[in-house]
Amino acid sequence: MSEERDEIFARVRRALAPLPVRTALPDWDPARIAPGFAAADSCTLFVERFREVGGVPLSSRQGLMAWLAGKGWACGYCDPGLWPELRGHFPPQMEVSTSLRRARIDDYAFAITVASGAIAETGTVILTDRDTPVRLAALAPWAHVAVIPRSRIHRSIACALGAMPDDPNIVWVTGPSKTADIEGILIEGVHGPGIQAAWVADDR
Amino acid sequence: MKEQPIDRFAAELEASRRSAVYEGTKATHEKRTRHLAARFAEADVLRRTAGEIKQHVVEHLDRYLPEVEVKLRQHGVGVHWCSTADSACATVLRILQARGVRRLVKAKTMLGEEIGLAGYLERHGIESVETDLGEFIVQVDRDHPSHIVRPIIHKSRREVATTLERIGLGTYDDDPSTITQRIRSHLRGKYLAADAALTGANFISVESGRVVIVTNEGNSRFCLAAARLHLVLVGIEKLVPRDRDLALLLNLLARSATAQPLTVYTEFVAGPRASGQADGPDEMEVVFVDNGRTEMLASDCRDILRCIRCGACLNVCPVYRQATGHAYRSVYPGPVGAVLSPLLAGSRFPEWADLPKASSLCGACNEVCPVDIPIPDLLLRLRARGKQEGGPQARIGTLPMGLWSWIAARPELWRAALRAGAALDLLPLRLAPVPALRAWSKDRDLPAWRGGAFRRWFRHRSRL
Repeated sequence: MSEERDEIFARVRRALAPLPVRTALPDWDPARIAPGFAAADSCTLFVERFREVGGVPLSSRQGLMAWLAGKGWACGYCDPGLWPELRGHFPPQMEVSTSLRRARIDDYAFAITVASGAIAETGTVILTDRDTPVRLAALAPWAHVAVIPRSRIHRSIACALGAMPDDPNIVWVTGPSKTADIEGILIEGVHGPGIQAAWVADDR
Repeated sequence: MKEQPIDRFAAELEASRRSAVYEGTKATHEKRTRHLAARFAEADVLRRTAGEIKQHVVEHLDRYLPEVEVKLRQHGVGVHWCSTADSACATVLRILQARGVRRLVKAKTMLGEEIGLAGYLERHGIESVETDLGEFIVQVDRDHPSHIVRPIIHKSRREVATTLERIGLGTYDDDPSTITQRIRSHLRGKYLAADAALTGANFISVESGRVVIVTNEGNSRFCLAAARLHLVLVGIEKLVPRDRDLALLLNLLARSATAQPLTVYTEFVAGPRASGQADGPDEMEVVFVDNGRTEMLASDCRDILRCIRCGACLNVCPVYRQATGHAYRSVYPGPVGAVLSPLLAGSRFPEWADLPKASSLCGACNEVCPVDIPIPDLLLRLRARGKQEGGPQARIGTLPMGLWSWIAARPELWRAALRAGAALDLLPLRLAPVPALRAWSKDRDLPAWRGGAFRRWFRHRSRL
C-alpha cells in the first residue's frame, strides 16, 4: 500500500516538475458571491429564502403546534432538550417520544430537532452531531422541524464556512429531499423528509 | 465515407429517447442561465476564479496530497492510495472483508462506475446497493448511466415503472410520486441493514480535512446515519485548498448541475462519530485513486482535472443532446467525457480516439463550465494525438489528405492541378455519383474556381 503511495507521489512530482510556472491561488473576495441582500436582516432573509427552496417557516411555538395539529399525524419524535418546553403543548392523542427506536422508524411522521444554525443566503438549516445527535431523526420521518436559535443565522455560505463548528459531522439541509431523475419531474421526499419546516426561536 | 460510431448511434436512436434527452438537458441549461443571472452580477468572473483555484490545486498536488493525508489521519481517518482501477477495487474489498462486511449501501460515485466497483464486489459475494434513485434503476436494469447528474435521463417513467414491477416493488404504476415512494421504502430497509456505506467525495478541504459530499435525495446522509463503516472513494484531484474556497465551488456546482442555489444535502465529514454519539459510522477510510490521473497531469490536457462533475457541458452540448449519453461508450459522456474517456483509457487511447471529434467546437461547453475548462482546446489536442498515433478510430469521418499532401509537395503537379481545377465550374455536382457530394450541393453552390489567381498576381505585380 505504501509502495503505491510512493509511486503516485513520485508520478505527481515528475508530472509537475517541467512546469515553468504554476498557477497561483487567487485571493478572491467572498462578498462578490453573496450580492443583493444588504437590506434585509438575516432572519427575514432566511425565512424568505427558506420558503423559496420549498421549506415551511413557522414563527412561534403556537404556530408549530397548530401546524402539527392540522396534519393529523399520530406519532412523532421530539428532541429531549426541547421536551420540557414543548411537552404540554402537543395536540391531544398525538404520541410523541423523546427516543427514536429504529424498529419503529416508519411510525414517526415527524421529528423536532435542534439545529446548530442557518444560512440566510440559501435558506439552509445547519445540523451537527453535537446539537442533533440522532441523525436519523432529522432524516427518516416524513416531516422534519428544525428549531433554529435566532442568534445563529449566518448571512452567507462564506460566513458559515468561516464559523464551522469543530464537529465530525456537519450537514447543511436546503429544502426537502428531492429528485428529478424521472423525466425531470420534481418529486419531494426521496430518502429524507418530504417536508422541511423551521422555527426560528429566541435563544434559550 | 465511413460514419463515426457516435453518428451511427444517433441515427439509430429512437425518436422518443432523443427528445427526452433533448428536452431534459435544454430545460436544465435554461434554468441554470436564469439562476446565475438572477443572483450573480459577475457569474463569468466567478467561474474564472473557481477555475484558477482548481488549476492551482492540480498544479500543486505534490504539496496538497501529503498535506491532506496528514489532516485526515489527525481526524482518525484511514488513508489508502491506489494506482489503478484493479488496485482500488481490491483495496475496497480488502477493507470490507477485514471487517466482515456483507452488505454495502452506495451513494453515487462516478469513480465507482469508472473502476467497475459494484460488479466487482458482487462477484466477491458482497451485496452492493446503489441508493441514488437513478443509479438504483440503472443497477437493477443492468444498464449504464447516460448522464453524470441524471443517470436515467434516457428512460421514460413507463420503463422505470416496468422495472419496479419486474423486481417485485408493486404492480405497474408510472406515477413518478408512487415510483419514488416505492423506492424510498425499499431502500430504507437496505440502509438500516447495511454494515458499511460507500460514498464519493465532491471535495476534500486540505485546510480542514473535511470531506464534502452533496446529494439532493439525502441518500448519502442516510448511508452515514445507519452504517458503521464509511468508505470514501475519491480521485486524487478532488482537493480544495481552503474551506472558504468551498463557498465559491458549492455555489457554482449546485447552480451548474441542477440550477439550485445549493444542493439539498451538503455534508462535511471530518472523521468517524465522536464517542458517545448515537448515530454515524465509527470508522472512516478514504481511498485515493489515481487510475490514469497522474498521466493526465503530465500531459497537455491536465486542465480537465479541474472538473467538478456538474454535467453543465452535457446539457448545453448540441452533440450530446442529439446523440445522448450512451453514444459515448464510456462512463463519462458529453464534452467532458470526450476528453476524459480517451485519456483514462491509457494505452487503449486509439479505441476512443473518435470521441474528441464528436464536437463542432462551438465552445458552448467552455462557456458554461463552472471551472472554465477550455474543453475545445483539449479536444483539438486529443484530435492531434489521435492522428499522430494513427488509430483507425481517429481517421473515421476525416477526409484522407494523403493525395493532397503528395500533390502539394510537387510544384509542377500543383500548377497543373490549379489549371485543371477550372473544370470543376463545368461539373454538375448535383449529378455526382457520390451521395455525400449530392447532399451537400443540394442547397449550396461552389464558388467559381479561382485557382492560380494569387500566383498570377504575384508574377505580374510591379516591384517597388
